[in-house]
Amino acid sequence: MAPAAGSIGAGNDEVKNMAGAARGYVVVSTEECKGCGLCVESCPPHCLKLGTELNRYGAHPVHYTGRDCTGCGICFYCCPEPGAITVYRVKAKPKPVAVTGGEYAPAL
Amino acid sequence: MEAKSTISVDEAEIQTDASTPAVNAGEYEVIHSKSPVFYDLYTRKTELQHQTHYCPGCGHGVVHKLIAEAIEELGLQDKTIIVSPVGCSVFAYYYFDVGNVQVAHGRAPAAATGLKRACPDKVVISYQGDGDLAAIGTAEIIHAANRGEKIAVFFVNNAIYGMTGGQMAPTTLVGQKSTTSPFGRRPGNEGFPIHMAELLAALEAPAYIERVALSDNKNIMKARRAIRKALEIQKNGSGFSFVEILSPCPTIWGKDPVEARRWVLEKMIPAFPLNVFRDRVPEIPSMEVPQRSVEEVLELAAKPEGQNASVQKHAHHFKDVKIKIAGFGGQGVLLLGQLLIEMGMREGLEVSWLPSYGPEMRSGSAHCHVCLSKERIGSPLVSRPDVLVAMNEFSLRKFAPEVVSGGLVLYNSESLPPDFVAPGIQVIPIPAAEMADRLGSTKAANIVMMGALLEETECLDARTALSVLEDKVKKVDLLEVDRQALAAGRLFIDNNAHVGAVSQPDGFA
Repeated sequence: MAPAAGSIGAGNDEVKNMAGAARGYVVVSTEECKGCGLCVESCPPHCLKLGTELNRYGAHPVHYTGRDCTGCGICFYCCPEPGAITVYRVKAKPKPVAVTGGEYAPAL
Repeated sequence: MEAKSTISVDEAEIQTDASTPAVNAGEYEVIHSKSPVFYDLYTRKTELQHQTHYCPGCGHGVVHKLIAEAIEELGLQDKTIIVSPVGCSVFAYYYFDVGNVQVAHGRAPAAATGLKRACPDKVVISYQGDGDLAAIGTAEIIHAANRGEKIAVFFVNNAIYGMTGGQMAPTTLVGQKSTTSPFGRRPGNEGFPIHMAELLAALEAPAYIERVALSDNKNIMKARRAIRKALEIQKNGSGFSFVEILSPCPTIWGKDPVEARRWVLEKMIPAFPLNVFRDRVPEIPSMEVPQRSVEEVLELAAKPEGQNASVQKHAHHFKDVKIKIAGFGGQGVLLLGQLLIEMGMREGLEVSWLPSYGPEMRSGSAHCHVCLSKERIGSPLVSRPDVLVAMNEFSLRKFAPEVVSGGLVLYNSESLPPDFVAPGIQVIPIPAAEMADRLGSTKAANIVMMGALLEETECLDARTALSVLEDKVKKVDLLEVDRQALAAGRLFIDNNAHVGAVSQPDGFA
């Protein structure tokens, strides 16, 4: 599986943390995951990987590596199973009342 | 609408990823999770109730999620009806917790049309694959789009028949191998792939047509916007929306899910260019038709002379009367039946009229079935008539044996055929054609028969007959002939009581 263009770092060991502490994390329902690998391919910071063990239905389920998730949600939209992936993201800090008048740019 | 399964997988058994890092849950919030538009468990099978039946990497699951998200965000869950097709997505109704209908192959737009017209406040989604929409259902989708039905059609195009095992579809790419195009699709033999979005964009009525693809992250997000937009359009009642979604089919294409997705990007998108083909509110001129009440249509509205008042006065001494009227085409056989039911309606009876045309409309044999009843009529078919009006000898011989014992036959002739025997029924020959001819028009023979029928059976009031004739016959001179014919028929029965009746061996009549 070729790493997508613009991937961060050369090898998994040296993956840079994209945003200091991870901004999000992913919970995979391992029994619902069919191991298609689309999320692994799609994840921009490459923070998902297929497991080596088999689940009850004979698929290698996906795991979150525990690092670098930005909570972007791409994996959720690529995944064909309705409930296999749940994405968490750091709660937005309470916005300062419009002092500057600038618009808050959402993460996605 | 919650489906609770009795045979459920223990939810506790469904493990989540054990490697989830320890995080302070308070700092995080769920931003994407299973939509409440999906059922908690899918009860199609006794096990695997937490998984869809789609293959790993199938595009249907993604499209389902995008539709569910749009329904949830637009708050349409309680007013959405999804019409599932035939194909891999046939079981969509096991997944979406909304109204569901599953219809015959290719007919989803037709069913959706009916649903939307009957329930205009509902959001109706037709979910179809390429075999369903572009092959067997081509006519349905084109006409639904042409009528500008206010439905949303999601067309999942994977360039192959998936469910049946990989036969060539109308959308199969040139050169693409399938079980029915083993050397690749040859346009000279099997034609070119059909571009449904472009085809429908040639029509005037659709409001929104877009082609999207599930080929990569960017395109999936575009598909998400397109699906949401299609539902918004329907929510606003703007018109017909159509989203074609190029979707991977890893199993049938013989590729792993990631390769299949790349194949969509590299092979399908060049053949099926992504574009917004239509995005506007269609201008469909509304042409109002006058709305009339049932009473008005049936001309039962109050008449100045109180003609309907006589209706209630007439006492019907029967429970029901079944009449068969038969003769040559052109003798007014069917018209006589229509006049009788019109009279029955005006007298407040339940009526039915069932025509049966002979092979020729003119000079062929025709007959009709008439039922007059005080109760609701179960079947309009008259197989055992109480009264037979036979306008020719052929009809007499054919239908007289069907008449119930003690029934009546009115026969259009001066006398019965010499060899004709009909035990147990009363047969009255009436020279209706000659009488009508003398009155000025042979065409009025059926009215002579009607007069005789009313006088003999007293099933309906002759005054009702007159009022019906006055409304139905527009020519003044013809109306006069009819009036005289009606009177002549009644008079004939009065004057010839029992004269024309045939004494039968059993002593009847």
